[in-house]
Amino acid sequence: MTQAAQGAVAPPTLTVRGLRKSFGAEEVLKGIDLTIARSELVFVLGPSGSGKSTMLRCCNRLEEPDAGEITLEGDPVTGPKVDLNRLRLRMGMVFQAFNLYPHLSALSNVTLALRKVRRLPRAKAEALGLAALDRVGLKAKAGSYPAQLSGGQQQRVAIARALALEPSVMLFDEPTSALDPELVGDVLAVMQDMKAQGMTMLVVSHEMKFARDAADRVIFMDAGRIVEEGSPEQIFEAPQHERTETFLARFSGRG
Amino acid sequence: MEAIVTQFFNIEIMVKALPLVLQGFGITLLICVVVIPLGLVGGLLAALASVSQNRALRWSAIAFVDLFRAVPPLVLLIFIYAGLPFAGLSLSPFAAVAIGFFLNNSAYFAEIFRAGLLSVHKGQTEAARSTGLTQTQALIHVVLPQATRNVLPDLMSNVVEVIKLTSLASVVSLGEMLHAAGLVRSLTYNASPLVLAAVIYLVMLWPVVRLISRFERRIAS
Repeated sequence: MTQAAQGAVAPPTLTVRGLRKSFGAEEVLKGIDLTIARSELVFVLGPSGSGKSTMLRCCNRLEEPDAGEITLEGDPVTGPKVDLNRLRLRMGMVFQAFNLYPHLSALSNVTLALRKVRRLPRAKAEALGLAALDRVGLKAKAGSYPAQLSGGQQQRVAIARALALEPSVMLFDEPTSALDPELVGDVLAVMQDMKAQGMTMLVVSHEMKFARDAADRVIFMDAGRIVEEGSPEQIFEAPQHERTETFLARFSGRG
Repeated sequence: MEAIVTQFFNIEIMVKALPLVLQGFGITLLICVVVIPLGLVGGLLAALASVSQNRALRWSAIAFVDLFRAVPPLVLLIFIYAGLPFAGLSLSPFAAVAIGFFLNNSAYFAEIFRAGLLSVHKGQTEAARSTGLTQTQALIHVVLPQATRNVLPDLMSNVVEVIKLTSLASVVSLGEMLHAAGLVRSLTYNASPLVLAAVIYLVMLWPVVRLISRFERRIAS
């Protein structure tokens, strides 16, 4: 209704309203509100246990929210009549542990959902899969199995697997935390490149330097709440909250 | 020394026994062809039920597996063949063997498949679901291929056990190989037909056993 009133204005890519989630007696998300505009890169910082990964996993409902509303480009993600599998095609996710399928080649990892969910014929799926591997610089490794690839290469294949579905938003759950330091750069370069091409991204990570260089907005979470948010300059140079300051102080010298 | 040769390795008697033993071998093969796929399918279903979110389903599967792993297969066969008629259910020897082995095999295969399913990291399903695959698609294309591969040597070892166990069918007078060999033995008062049957088992199973060792080495490396 309001959309019609606003005419041609596109809805935000992702909105989160009043998101709550408990594991047993422990409430890990205590009401999260978040709006991500198209092509925005939003970076989420916070100590471990602050709920940032859970928030990310609630966005595509790998964790089922207890309360709250989520929309993707105006379409409801939460609610009873949602075709979740269709929606997930529009939300790429990258995991800390890559989670590549070890029994499939890099190309088959990328084409599985193209073939089984989007039901494309093999030739078309493989063409798209190779294009996605090319975007992460790994077209030459299409036939390799995950065990034959370095950690950085595996994570780039995992990014290609999500990218091949042409998602509206990419969710990154600590994408470089499991990598040897010398392999982090390749993954961040791919993310930087995606940003340059206008991908909307929500990134949970501890890569402070990347946050300063690439993020449009930085969110600091603690104890299940968003404590503060702002531009990288605001958050890193002039944090308003003591908890943000304490957290950043522990990381200074690292980024 | 000569006695052992005449009693156990008597070529003359083996040659005489061969047609009947080979006929029995045919029935052994037939039993295997029926009970092994049945057991694999039953075991997989029981394993899936035993890791299900549904508590009733999970507990039924666990009860099924525990029960039929604990009951001796010989007793089970005799009960199905000789006991069920009292309850008004008369089965042919072959049907009794098929059902008995299905129950026993499913329980053992279920434990193996269960271990396989639990060996696949949860992140695999999450990755598949995050790209839009349904729970069933994730199971078929992502989890099961890895689960099966991780327990392939155990599955094959159990297949070998099942093949040897089919000799139990003789208790319900199904003329499988060992039953046939035993028959010739009781007619000739000579154990050579049993040795002949053992040689046939060996020839049939040795390649499988070799293959298992190769898989085990490959998985270990």
